[in-house]
Amino acid sequence: MKLTVWTYEGPPHVGAMRVVTGMRDTHFVLHAPQGDTYADLLFTMIERRKERPPVTFTTFQSRDLGKDTAELFKDSAKEAYERFDPQLLLVGASCTAELLQDDPGGLASTLGLPVPVIPLELPSYSRKENWGASETFYQVVRGLADTERRAPSKEGRKPRCNILGPTALGFRHRDDVKEISGLLRAMGIDVSVVAPMSATPSDFVRLGEADFNIVLYPEIAETAAKWLERTFGQPSVKTVPIGYGATTEFIKEVGDIAGVDPALGLAQDESRLPWWSRSIDSTYLTGKRVFIFGDATHAVAAARVATEELGFKVVGLGCYNREFARDLRAAAKEYGVEPLITDDYLEVERQIAELQPELVLGTQMERHIAKRLGIGCAVISAPVHVQDFPARTSPQMGFEGANVLFDTWVHPLVMGLEEHLLNMFRDDFEFSDSSGPSHLANHASPASADEHVQPADNVVAFPEETAGDQVTWEADAESELRKIPFFVRGKARRNTESYAAERGISVINIATLYDAKAHFAR
Amino acid sequence: MASSFATQDSSHLADCPTQPTKRRIVRERGQREVFCGLTGIVWLHRKIQDAFFLVVGSRTCAHLLQSAAGVMIFAEPRFGTAILEERDLAGMADAHEELDREVERLLARRPDIKLLFLVGSCPSEVIKLDLGRAAERLSAKYLPKTRVLNYSGSGIETTFTQGEDACLASMVPTLPATDPAAPANLLVVGALPDIVEGQFKRIFDELGIGPVAFLPPSRSDELPPVGANTHFLLAQPFLGDTARVLESRGAKHVSASFPFGAEGTTAWLQAAASLWNVDPMLFRKVIAPSRERAKRSLAPYRQQLEEKTVFFFPDSQLEIPLARFLSQELGMIPLEVGTPYLHRQHMEADLEHLPLNAQLSEGQNVDKQLDRCLAAKPDLTVCGLGLANPLEAQGLRTKWSIELVFSPVHGFEQAGDLAELFARPLNRQERLAV
Repeated sequence: MKLTVWTYEGPPHVGAMRVVTGMRDTHFVLHAPQGDTYADLLFTMIERRKERPPVTFTTFQSRDLGKDTAELFKDSAKEAYERFDPQLLLVGASCTAELLQDDPGGLASTLGLPVPVIPLELPSYSRKENWGASETFYQVVRGLADTERRAPSKEGRKPRCNILGPTALGFRHRDDVKEISGLLRAMGIDVSVVAPMSATPSDFVRLGEADFNIVLYPEIAETAAKWLERTFGQPSVKTVPIGYGATTEFIKEVGDIAGVDPALGLAQDESRLPWWSRSIDSTYLTGKRVFIFGDATHAVAAARVATEELGFKVVGLGCYNREFARDLRAAAKEYGVEPLITDDYLEVERQIAELQPELVLGTQMERHIAKRLGIGCAVISAPVHVQDFPARTSPQMGFEGANVLFDTWVHPLVMGLEEHLLNMFRDDFEFSDSSGPSHLANHASPASADEHVQPADNVVAFPEETAGDQVTWEADAESELRKIPFFVRGKARRNTESYAAERGISVINIATLYDAKAHFAR
Repeated sequence: MASSFATQDSSHLADCPTQPTKRRIVRERGQREVFCGLTGIVWLHRKIQDAFFLVVGSRTCAHLLQSAAGVMIFAEPRFGTAILEERDLAGMADAHEELDREVERLLARRPDIKLLFLVGSCPSEVIKLDLGRAAERLSAKYLPKTRVLNYSGSGIETTFTQGEDACLASMVPTLPATDPAAPANLLVVGALPDIVEGQFKRIFDELGIGPVAFLPPSRSDELPPVGANTHFLLAQPFLGDTARVLESRGAKHVSASFPFGAEGTTAWLQAAASLWNVDPMLFRKVIAPSRERAKRSLAPYRQQLEEKTVFFFPDSQLEIPLARFLSQELGMIPLEVGTPYLHRQHMEADLEHLPLNAQLSEGQNVDKQLDRCLAAKPDLTVCGLGLANPLEAQGLRTKWSIELVFSPVHGFEQAGDLAELFARPLNRQERLAV
C-alpha cells in the first residue's frame, strides 16, 4: 500500500484507451465497474475530442457481482460489436475487474465475432499508463502485422518508413507527427503507416512493408519496434528529434538507414534557435539554473537542449517512469546531478524547493509546484492538461519544434534588462521584483520566495529540516537579503546558511552574507 | 401553488389532446456514463475543514480524483489514495497492517486532522477489506484527537453524489444526542456552500425557527445533535441513506421541494415554517424581499429559456428538482429527465410540479440514451463531461452537469445564477459567428 496524492500516470487501461482512441475502426470493451467511465472525459475535455473514445465499459455494480459478471461482459461485447461495427475488437479488464478473473479474452472468443479479437492483460496493481499503452500497441502490432509481408524491391521507389508511438492524449503528438512527416517527405521518404494514432487495423497488417521504423515515443513504441525489427528485419531510428542538435542527428540517422542524402533534410533547417541563442539579447540566459522532470525521453531531451542550445545549467533531472530510468541515470551523470526517479510528487516538490531553480521544465504537476514556489515553468511532458493542446501547431520535435522550445522556455523568465534593473533598484515602489516578470501580467506574485525553501504549511509534505534551525540572522543581514531579487533570494539564503553552518558561525551578519556570495560565485 | 400547477397542467391538456395522464418511466440497463461516489471527496474535503479522506483503492481511484473536476486542484489536498499493490492482493502483506502504517504516517504529518474517513473503493470491496473494522481499531487508537470513520465511495455501490450520502450517513452515529427535554431543533442536511448556509441561517433566525444546525458541519468538533426532537430538511436530493439513519435516531424528515429557484426555496422554507407554526404573515414578510429578488433575477432568463426544450442525462440526482425549476420557473420543456436513481418519496414534491409528458428515465444505457437525445434534438442537453463535447460536435448545446454540483445554486439569492448556468450555452451560441 502506498499513499498517493497526485499521480503522474493513470492505470494501464488508460494507456490502452490512449492507443485505441488514437486508432480508427477499432473498439475496446473494458470490463470495469461503474465510475471508470470518468476516463472518457480525459479525451473529450482535455484533448477536446469530438467523439467519445471508442470504448464500451461493462459498468458492473454490486448487484451484478452476485450474479454473472461474465455474462454481462459477453452481452456488452456483443452489443458493442453490433453497434460500432469495428474491424478490430480489443478486450481487457480494469483494476476491479481484474480481481473478478472473468477472463475477457476467453469470453470474447466464445462469441465467434467475425473480426479479430485481441485480449489485453493489464496488471493494474503493478503497472501504469505508459506501460499499458506500450503493451497494447505491442499486442495489436503482433496480433495484426502480416508476417508474410515484406518491403518490395527498392528499385524504382522511395524509401519507406513507419512512424511509431503517437497516441491520443499525447503531449504534442499531433504536431510532432506533422512536423516529422514533413521532414521525411522533404528527404524523399514515404511514410507508410503512422501508428497507433490515425491507423486502421488494416494499416497494422501492412507494417512489414516498410524499410524501417521511426520510434518517436520510445515509452510507447520501443517494445513494438523491437518485435518488428526481429520479425521483419526493420531497423529503428532511435534518435528522438527534440531540439536542434537532436533533429540534425535524427536526419543523419534516417539518412544512413534509408540510404538518402541527409543534406535533403538539413536543407529544411528553418530553425531560428541557433541564432536566437547566439544573439546578444540571450546572454542573460547563461547559466540559468533549470530543474527538469517528465517522462524520461522528454526529460533527457530537455536537459540536452537546455545545456547545449540555451546555455542553461541543469541543477536537477528526473523522470517518473522507472521503465526508462536507465536512460535518465546516464543523462544525469553527464550533467553531474543526482537522478530523481520517482512517481511521488511530494518528493519532486521537495527537491525543487531545495534546489531553488530559476526555471522548471516539467509536467502539469511541476507547473503547479513552480507556481506555488513562484518559479517560472514551461511544460515539456505528459501528464497533460487542456492547455497542452493549443489551437496552433506547436511541435516539440524537428526544426520548428526547436523554435517552439526556445520561445516557451524563455518566456517564463525575467528578461535580460529587466533583470538588471531589478538588481539595481530593488526598492522601487512600482517596479518591484515581487510582481514577477513584467510581461507576465498574472504571474504568481510570491510574497517572499525565500520562505518557500520550506513547503508552505498547507501542503501535504514532511517538514523540512533546514540549516535555518541552527543559525540566526542579524536584522541588517536579513534586510540586505530582502534586497536580492526574489528569483535568487532563496538560493542566497540557503547558501549563506550552509556557509555559516560549515564554519560554525551561529549569527549571520552582512559580512557573512557577502562572504558566502563570494564563496559560491559561479 | 398546487392549484396553480393544476391549472397549468390542464391548460396543457387543452393544448394537447394526447397529454398523458400517467408519467412514463424508462428503466434501463447498460453502460452507465457516471462518476462513482469517490468524486464527492472533491467538494466534501473543502467543506469539512479538519477532515481528511483516505481512499483505500487503486491507481484508477487516484487518477479519477485528480481528473474528476476537470482540473487538478492543488491547493491543500486533504485527500489521498492508499494504493493497493500486488503484494497486498497476493496476501504477502497484511492489508490492515499496511493501512495502519499509512494512517500513522499521515496523521503524524497532518496533526490538524480531527476526522479521518477511510473511503472504500471498488477493489477494496471486491477483496472484502473490512474498513469498518479498521476504522474502529484506528479510532480506538487515535481518539480523542482524531476520529476515524469509514464509508464506501465505490462505483459498484455508489453513483457520484451518493458518495456524499454515504459519507454523511457514516457521520450520523457519531452525532451527539439532543436533550430529550429541549424544544424542537432543525437540521439542514447536505453539503452547502458557506454563503448559502449563511443565507438560510439568517432566514430561519428571522422566522424564529431554531436552533438550526447543518450537516456536514465545517468543523468536525461542531457536530450537530440529533434526537427525537430533531426535524431535518434535505438540502440535496441524493441523501436517501443519510435520511434513513437520521430517522433511526428518531429524527423526522420534513418533506419538501428542494430549495432551487424562488418557488422551490419558498416551498422548502414553508415546510419548516409550518412545523414551527410560523405566522403566515411573518413568513411572507420575512421571505418577501429575497423571494422578489429571486423572481426579478429570473425574469430575463425566462425570456431566453421559455419554450426551449431540455434533456437531462443521469448524473447527480439533482435532475428532477432542476427540471422542476426549469419547467415551473423558467418555462422550459423537459423532454427526458434521467436520474441514476429515483427516490420517489424524496422527489414527490418536485415530481408533482413536473409536467407529466416529461419522460423520466432511471438507470442508463448510454448508447440508447444518446440515440434518443439526438433524435429529440433538445435546445439544451444537461450531461457529464465525457458526453458534452461529442454532443456539441453534433450540433447540440450542452450544460456540464458537474458545474451544478460545484457552484452555489441553492436558495433565493442564487436563483439567477442557477438560471444563468442554463442560459449561458444558448447565449454563447447567439454570440458566436464561427
